Amino acid sequence: MQPDISVKHLSKVYGDGFQALKNINLDIRRGEIFALLGPNGAGKTTLISIICGIVNLSSGEVKAAGYDIVKDYRKARETIGLVPQELNTDSFETVWDAVSFSRGLFGKPPKPSHIEKVLKDLSLWDKRNNRIMSLSGGMKRRVMIAKALSHEPQILFLDEPTAGVDVELRRDMWEMVRKLRESGVTIILTTHYIEEAEEMADRIGVIRQGEIILVEDKTQLMTKLGKKELRLHLAQKLDKVPGELTLEPVELSEDGYELIYTFDSQQEQAGVARLLRTLGDLGIEYRDLQTRESSLEEIFVGLVHE
Amino acid sequence: MNLYGIRAIYKFEMARMRRTVMQSVLSPVISTCLYFVVFGSAIGSRMGDIDNIAYGAYIIPGLVMLSLLMQSISNASFGIYMPKFSGTIYEVLSAPVSYVEVVLGYVGAAATKSVILGLIILATAKFFVDYDVLHPFWMLSFLVLTSVTFSLFGFIIGIWADGFEKLQIVPMMIVTPLVFLGGTFYSIDMLPEVWQTVSLFNPVVYLISGFRWAFYGVSDVHIAISVGMTLVFLTACMVGIWWIFKTGYRLRS
Repeated sequence: MQPDISVKHLSKVYGDGFQALKNINLDIRRGEIFALLGPNGAGKTTLISIICGIVNLSSGEVKAAGYDIVKDYRKARETIGLVPQELNTDSFETVWDAVSFSRGLFGKPPKPSHIEKVLKDLSLWDKRNNRIMSLSGGMKRRVMIAKALSHEPQILFLDEPTAGVDVELRRDMWEMVRKLRESGVTIILTTHYIEEAEEMADRIGVIRQGEIILVEDKTQLMTKLGKKELRLHLAQKLDKVPGELTLEPVELSEDGYELIYTFDSQQEQAGVARLLRTLGDLGIEYRDLQTRESSLEEIFVGLVHE
Repeated sequence: MNLYGIRAIYKFEMARMRRTVMQSVLSPVISTCLYFVVFGSAIGSRMGDIDNIAYGAYIIPGLVMLSLLMQSISNASFGIYMPKFSGTIYEVLSAPVSYVEVVLGYVGAAATKSVILGLIILATAKFFVDYDVLHPFWMLSFLVLTSVTFSLFGFIIGIWADGFEKLQIVPMMIVTPLVFLGGTFYSIDMLPEVWQTVSLFNPVVYLISGFRWAFYGVSDVHIAISVGMTLVFLTACMVGIWWIFKTGYRLRS
């Protein structure tokens, strides 16, 4: 099946000479939730802006739903909905007018039933006759999502959708994104919140200094790069790690009561057994043990600081 | 052609006019009426006729032009500047609309407002001054042509401006003096010869002269030259807009 978004050899150099994107290659599959992670200034928003037509590309080729975003820009853009990062809304328009405006702008005939559905799904129905300026920040964010969904896009871009949004609204949005995916919409989101990507994404791409450094299935990424940690609580204090244990990457905690053993989760678990056997041989007793898997956040921090 | 897109922009802009009716309709109508009262009724009765036209009636075409130019420029420049300022321009840039459609929506709405305003001013003028329109077709044509041309010009200013001050500079510092010195209140023939020649470099002279011809059949320059010069300016604005969208100037980096 052809990808919904296909980016080939995409580069972007801004007028001041700053190269924001370097030879990006990326395919996004139909119906998936793709999370684009990266530190500030890595090029996430530039990439999205190019695909959506807000920024011109310098070189390379981008297709949305099979249409070239330059040559076939009408067809390409019709398939895309964008929720930008900044809360850019009209002030004096009513919610209903603003959302209807977006639908018209994207070349779709009026369809009040669809607008009604979108507003109801986003809990905006009661506010439909309110001016946007009278809404709270979270409500404005919903309005922007409603505008992006007004023309029934096949592909939805969410640029930092939950930045500055309270926990409840964030949960609501996750729920909404899942529903959209169920209805077949492809979703690309950028986020700073790793838990968001961990919670929702099917695949994860990491961008650093304008380059895609990794694209992986989320679960594979977590097993592949995830570290596991085994902590042993000792019955008696140790002054240093016994020489017999130095084969393994074992550390001693500061108070001398904990041995910490770090290992790759995909590795054979033989190391753990070996460690425990050696401890037994040395007569070192432990009262408790626990293992912990690293979160996507730790993986991510590890990646971007490499 | 994305007709729904054009309609959406047009409707949005017309709604803005309804919201700001005090500023965009009432205030120019009132200020023009003040001119009619002062120069038409009060002082005008003591002034001699120009080209056999009563002074009060003589200044009507120029005064309508003044409002038309100012409002076309300010309407169109605000229309495109505000989305740039508030950031909502992202939506227009990411929408499946060509630049011709964007211009049709914004400039079409701004020009519509100006034409409506021009007609309101003409209707109100009847209360203060007695005048006739000799060539109604040409009068309307000039009204529409000027509104479209200066709305295009305003659109360019709105894209060029990166602050509210720049939005005001062109109408206040350039257009107002050009209109006042363009024969609104006098015939170019009344000036010393040197200034007559200088005046011919003022594009507004051609607009006012042509517009006045449509009213009274008299003009400072030939009507064909008036129409020609207006079309030249219209073409220049279109080329400017074409260049803006081709290069993405201040719109797409």
